Amino acid sequence: MSQTIRNKAVGVETIGMTMRFGAFMALDDVSIKVPAGSFHALLGENGAGKSTLVKCMMGFYHPTSGDILVAGREVDIASPRDASALGLGMVYQHFTLVPSLTGAENLVISREKVPDIIDWRKERAELAAFMQRMPFKLPLDVKVAELAAGEKQKLEIIKQLYLGRSFLVLDEPTSVLTPGEAQEVLGLVRDMTRAGDITVLMISHKFHEVTAFADDITVLRKGKLTGTRKVSDLSQKQMAAMMIGDQPIAALDSRAEPKPDAEIVLKVKSLKAPDRTGLKSIRIEDLGVRSGEIVGIAGISGNGQKEFMEVLAGQRARHGGEVLIKGAPYASTRGEARALNVRLIPEEPLKNACAPKMTVAENIAFRTFDIDGNGKPVSWISAGAIKAFSARLVEQFKVKTASLSSPISSLSGGNVQRAVLARELTGEVDLLIVSNPCFGLDFSAVAEIRARIMRARNTGAAVLLISEDLDELLELSDRIFVMSDGALVYETPVAQAIVQTIGEHMAGHH
Amino acid sequence: MVATEIGLWGVPLAIVGGAIRVSTPFIFVSLGEAITERSGRINLGLEGMLVFGAMTAYAVAVMTASPWPGLLAAAAAGLCFGLFHGWICKFPGVNDIAIGIALMLFGSGLAFFFGKPYIQPSAPDLPAIPFGGWSDIPQVQAALNVNVLFLIGAALAVFLWWAFRNTRVGLILRVVGDSSDAARAMGLNPDTVRLVATGVGGALAGIGGAYLSLYYPGSWTERISSGQGLMAVALVIFARWNPLGCFAAALLFGGAGALGPALQSVGVTQGYYLFYAAPYILTLVIMIATSSPSRSLAGAPGELSITK
Repeated sequence: MSQTIRNKAVGVETIGMTMRFGAFMALDDVSIKVPAGSFHALLGENGAGKSTLVKCMMGFYHPTSGDILVAGREVDIASPRDASALGLGMVYQHFTLVPSLTGAENLVISREKVPDIIDWRKERAELAAFMQRMPFKLPLDVKVAELAAGEKQKLEIIKQLYLGRSFLVLDEPTSVLTPGEAQEVLGLVRDMTRAGDITVLMISHKFHEVTAFADDITVLRKGKLTGTRKVSDLSQKQMAAMMIGDQPIAALDSRAEPKPDAEIVLKVKSLKAPDRTGLKSIRIEDLGVRSGEIVGIAGISGNGQKEFMEVLAGQRARHGGEVLIKGAPYASTRGEARALNVRLIPEEPLKNACAPKMTVAENIAFRTFDIDGNGKPVSWISAGAIKAFSARLVEQFKVKTASLSSPISSLSGGNVQRAVLARELTGEVDLLIVSNPCFGLDFSAVAEIRARIMRARNTGAAVLLISEDLDELLELSDRIFVMSDGALVYETPVAQAIVQTIGEHMAGHH
Repeated sequence: MVATEIGLWGVPLAIVGGAIRVSTPFIFVSLGEAITERSGRINLGLEGMLVFGAMTAYAVAVMTASPWPGLLAAAAAGLCFGLFHGWICKFPGVNDIAIGIALMLFGSGLAFFFGKPYIQPSAPDLPAIPFGGWSDIPQVQAALNVNVLFLIGAALAVFLWWAFRNTRVGLILRVVGDSSDAARAMGLNPDTVRLVATGVGGALAGIGGAYLSLYYPGSWTERISSGQGLMAVALVIFARWNPLGCFAAALLFGGAGALGPALQSVGVTQGYYLFYAAPYILTLVIMIATSSPSRSLAGAPGELSITK
């Protein structure tokens, strides 16, 4: 690769893009125009057709009908290879870098033409020259696995530029970044569009990012184009209306006044547990959650929140320390959870809270199938009672399922979460432990789940909410802790919370 | 007379000599397995390929009266077995470990079946280079009588170590082994890469087998392999998928394997059978020492089914 890499923004246009999967219309006559050098945002709920649209542009799907214009010329994109030849590149939500290779190795091997024997001295010199012209500074000689999430995301973008791409699709690029990192990465990307180096089409669901960085937005709803507007002409409320149409959204209950002297339901004292790698450990020195409050735990993925949740759920052994619930030691057994009214809504509910191949009815009855109305153990399990109980809950929590005897894995993500909520929020709840409850769910499901969590709080439950979504924490919590590198490093009441400060603690800058 | 001159020094000398002699099949099988595992697949069938390779090499060497066609035939047989493993494993829902075990039994069984007529005749040996000419002591000369395959294996280890970093093929292999998704995003077909990697791994195991029947012990019997193919898998994990580590670990295992005969040769008559078990005990100890209940192995290829 002796020629220097130059990027020059190109515009991309789709005309009448239609994609049908059997009887299902994923995209219906969508025409969008992304002019050269612009920063364009693509919005829409889950299943609105955003990824279908960009996958058609990238050659992963072949549209049923419709045309693509690159730099004003009609092109035929039959495969991802064709797309890259035209300078179209995509940065995926999940990293596509190879973790055990160094940054330099990742860049070189992703190139179209790699020599049989790699002359690292020459490659390094060329990479250094290339990095000189990049807005990001990155260490290229460490393994990607050792980079922070923000650095990985930057490397993904740099990789696309290194490959000479001039039109980039970013799929929710900030979902794994701290607010500070998100600002930095998007700011630099915007500067590059301003300089005319690249055109960007960003899939996002964060309104504040769209408002701050994008020039135009296109909104899709149920596979149809709702419209393309200038960002400066729209308020966030209008954007939301364009996305969800006129369907009703569950409103959050107003927050009941917190009682500072309420009973401390959950108390964690000098808890220690090994983390995923076994090389480090998580340490929770002191954490108390009172009845009638939501305590949020913020942090970037991989800082020990998952392990903490697993300890509380009984999925991970602890090395030391105490978990007390209403003063009683808690070892996460089924008996204790039942006696102390502890309920759990873990992340990835299908994996952590369900038996995927068992039926919806059975899954909903997991907490209660072996006791009768008075809490006495039964010796004979009644399938009829399980069905009746589940039918009532399915109705009450609006779980959409073909039948009560379908396997729960056949439900959509939002409905699995609703079924788990139905199980966990029925009956008396003194302590509710929640982790990333809305991950990957659409607008209306998110609103409803948050409303239910708030309602549980208002009726006197103590809620521990572990989330990677800072907006969610700011909306729901009474107090926010930041978890970084396995420990709680910062605490603030939500009224005094400053996103900037929280972000700095998340990044471990303190 | 000379033996008494060097006395107990004979034990470490025999271990060194034994390490060089016994380690060669370990080197080839473990390098082959390192290639296969680096591509994200585990091939437990190498034991079967080793035994089948030993039989093929011996049979062809007897028929052609030269060890080299035997060596090539063993490599070709291993390649076929490896490709077969790689081909079956590309189908969804197929478990590479189960197929490996099946191939291990199949390869050994087939070798016994075809190998019956070759237990009696004797085949020409692979040549060795005497590096011990400077010494008058026969034990030293014997210990330093190094087979060409050992030297090739050592060179191969260094080459692979270099190639994993500095060649396109090496990088592609590591990409595929670490992340199928990333590989697909680059337009690579992980199944093809793994097919080739398993094939090459099988060919190297076949060469390891040829060494067994054509040099040390140097005859074809049904008990020719004492689990070298399986121990090599443990060895690759112990070596953290590093070819140089594989070479060093193979020497260590070879040395351990030579402990029993060495003690016997200096006149220890009691309990030396226990020392024959040294390689197996070493395997166990290494597996226990390098495993942990709460974490996955550092440095393991991400796509490997045993470490996921």
